[in-house]
Amino acid sequence: MSEQTSNPIRDAISQAIEQNRVILFMKGTPDQPMCGFSARTAAALQSLDTPFAAVDILPDPRIRQELSALSNWPTIPQLFVDGELVGGADIVAEMYESGELAQALGVEQPDEAPAAAPAGADPAPAPLGIENRLS
Amino acid sequence: MATSAELKETIQSALPGASVEVESPDDVHFTARVVSDRFAGMSRVQQHQLVMGLFDGRLGGEIHALSLKTETP
Repeated sequence: MSEQTSNPIRDAISQAIEQNRVILFMKGTPDQPMCGFSARTAAALQSLDTPFAAVDILPDPRIRQELSALSNWPTIPQLFVDGELVGGADIVAEMYESGELAQALGVEQPDEAPAAAPAGADPAPAPLGIENRLS
Repeated sequence: MATSAELKETIQSALPGASVEVESPDDVHFTARVVSDRFAGMSRVQQHQLVMGLFDGRLGGEIHALSLKTETP
């Protein structure tokens, strides 16, 4: 809390946010979410057919602590676009429904056949830097 | 243990004049709708940060989830 000298986890998180245009911090992974809020948020992104990085915060409680300290956002999930916190599950859901999310991501809102297989919607691999540092 | 009434009171005393509805099926997961003129000029993220900040340290703990909808009158 008081140490500002060296904080490798926070640095890794900041870097991941800088280096990935769309990055979701969640519980679990997009394929195996461990919480309903994270699941819904990842699903909204996947249905927009846009690549995104996903970071599972569960392996180390310090990831969440540092992320929340950095973002001033206490809960998970957290979505960042272009380095900025877009919001948590509620805001992303609202923005998805209104089309604002597609706009923010620069993609087309899927207005038909939402049940179709979201081809190519596989999320980008998680930034391994974070997990590597913690292993 | 948190209660809907307690959350509502906390939000209302921090945002005088706000219209606040809080619901919870289990006193762990909460849904709140807050309408306040204090939100004017704030981004949605800032509005949520303001409300969630009132429960600093309790969110994710005894308040497992606080689903929020914030609006200006």
